[in-house]
Amino acid sequence: MRKVLTAALVAAGVGMGFAANAAEPMKIGMMLTLSGPPAVLGKHIRDGFQLFVDQQGGKLGGRDVEIVVADDELKPDVALTKVKGLLERDKVDFVAGVVFSNILQAIYRPVTESETFLIGANAGTSTFAGKGCSPYFFSTSWQNDQIHEVMGKYAQDKGFKSAFLLTPNYQAGKDSVAGFKRHFKGEVVDEVYTKLGNLDFSAELAKIAAAKPEVVFTFMPGGMGVNLVKQFKQAGLDKSVTFLSAFTVDETTLPATKDDAVGLFSSSQWTPDLDNAANKAFVEAFEAKYGYVPSLYASQGFDAAQLIDSAVRAVKGDLSDKKAVGAALKKADFASVRGDFKYNTNHFPIQDYYLVKAVKRADGMYATSVVEKVFDDYGDVYASECKMK
Amino acid sequence: MTATLVAVQVLNGLQLGVLLFLVAAGLTLVFGVMDFINLAHGVQYMLGAYLAVSFYGLTGNFFAALVLALLAALAFGLLLEFLVFRHLYDRDHLDQVLATFGVILFLNEGVRIVWGAAPLSYPIPALLGGTIPLMEGFGYPIYRVAMILAGLATAVLLWVVVTRTRVGMLVRAGATNPRMVSALGVNIRRLFMIVFGFGAMLAGFAGVMAGPILSVEPGMGDGVLILAFVVIVIGGIGSIRGAFVAALLIGLVDTLGRSFMTDIFKAFLAPAAANQVGPAIASMLIYLLMAGVLFFRPSGLFPAAGR
Repeated sequence: MRKVLTAALVAAGVGMGFAANAAEPMKIGMMLTLSGPPAVLGKHIRDGFQLFVDQQGGKLGGRDVEIVVADDELKPDVALTKVKGLLERDKVDFVAGVVFSNILQAIYRPVTESETFLIGANAGTSTFAGKGCSPYFFSTSWQNDQIHEVMGKYAQDKGFKSAFLLTPNYQAGKDSVAGFKRHFKGEVVDEVYTKLGNLDFSAELAKIAAAKPEVVFTFMPGGMGVNLVKQFKQAGLDKSVTFLSAFTVDETTLPATKDDAVGLFSSSQWTPDLDNAANKAFVEAFEAKYGYVPSLYASQGFDAAQLIDSAVRAVKGDLSDKKAVGAALKKADFASVRGDFKYNTNHFPIQDYYLVKAVKRADGMYATSVVEKVFDDYGDVYASECKMK
Repeated sequence: MTATLVAVQVLNGLQLGVLLFLVAAGLTLVFGVMDFINLAHGVQYMLGAYLAVSFYGLTGNFFAALVLALLAALAFGLLLEFLVFRHLYDRDHLDQVLATFGVILFLNEGVRIVWGAAPLSYPIPALLGGTIPLMEGFGYPIYRVAMILAGLATAVLLWVVVTRTRVGMLVRAGATNPRMVSALGVNIRRLFMIVFGFGAMLAGFAGVMAGPILSVEPGMGDGVLILAFVVIVIGGIGSIRGAFVAALLIGLVDTLGRSFMTDIFKAFLAPAAANQVGPAIASMLIYLLMAGVLFFRPSGLFPAAGR
């Protein structure tokens, strides 16, 4: 028994010795939240990413790909332990994913300092768009503030005079309020911060009714958003108040809110009906494969895979020259499903942002749909603080 | 801050209180009668909602789904009792906490595998769909009023069962001195099972009622469980009356705190500071209340006799 074990260990050691061999598959670690209520976000990103890899026959940029998925459980300490496993044990070439900002904050330094490329497919913390930017980090989503800015800008452009702001009482909620106020110059009648994970918004809705604002702006991700939307509709507030939201009404929550959300506004850089060839093909393939409507998270996952594919192809599968790989990533030479896409100096996208609305499609599924473009080729405000080395 | 707004918030508080009562009633009975700490009680609330989702999908009728989900919740509660909990009655509290916490993890993951991670829902029945106009542009949903009434009716029913029936008498006796009850020839194990199944069904009922206004998702019972524990500690462990009063108290304090705490602080603080302090204090309020009650009445407001 012991002999067999030794032989196996020797064989494994020999195998590891040749890890740099080009015939070896390229390894990609995916760090995603896949347990607890927000697991659906991680699932969308993973499915989007996997779809593109499958379309390429299990390859990216011509090289075989091995994907190692790690569930961060939305706990920064767990994420840190697991990312060390990805870097040191699995020796991954890329880390992709990351749903939440607090997870990104936990794993950002270990990944970038080990000179491994980190492809952010969702969270866009301001620190890493500004002073803390790194040549090893690329985002296929947005900087957090931007989605909220879209709503503030829209409310301002439409001449709304008064707004009621409702967000969870934590950092991202406060950032959301700051993002909204950046372009909105009307009166903010009240800012209400609920506890994170709040279930029942009846008290807050009564306050909205009493304050009589023209618009309510909210950022209530996941189940909180489902509750808010349903209760907003049940109270009949949708008739008198315009509902603007960020990360509240999207394809991850629409299966639960259904008709209650139809007609409510949100902001995004992407929707399933965004009119370009790459997107049409993506949405069709995604729905055929997984049987549900992709969300912006799924599109970001798909684009993350496309981004890696384009860079690996450009360097002909040779990942040893990190500078060359970085330069190839920076070019973003692929047909993004969101249309226009190029990288800013801080490696965050310069892209268009839209006002979107929840609709019921002809096939009975619910999805978001573009109403109008709010920002054209918009970069974030932190890029100027980034000194990319 | 108008009188109507206060009235609406009181209604909201009552409605939260009634929901908490339905969960806490089962918890306090199980804790009081069997001296058994059941952390998995919140999971049974979640399960009620998930079962209703499935039965609504099958029948398309809210009331049919309600009845079927209640029966299924009862059956599942009895199954859990048979498989897990009855082996724990003689163990100490730490073992019970450990095992029932394991049940939470197991079932939270289980519903995720069976129903998926995305939040689900089912609609309010058309019969209770309208609103009662209370403020301009704001109606109070009839469904929430129905929830309050259903909760109050359940409370009355429980009160009658506990104070006026033989089973209720045994339950009260069991809460006070289970060994004596056993010595008098009562099958205490069967009594435990009945209490347990009934508690599970009440939690399931709360889950079914909450489904149309809240989202049905994995882990939805965890927050409710903590509040339910606060309720039974304030009310006095094993006391249905205590659970009722404490649940309404918690519902009102939490809702009114959330609604008006920031405004109160705005009266003597800058708005930015009030926005910081208000929500923080409001979310602590019920725990402050619990600490206060425990200081003056260590065994709760209405301690069950003989404990």
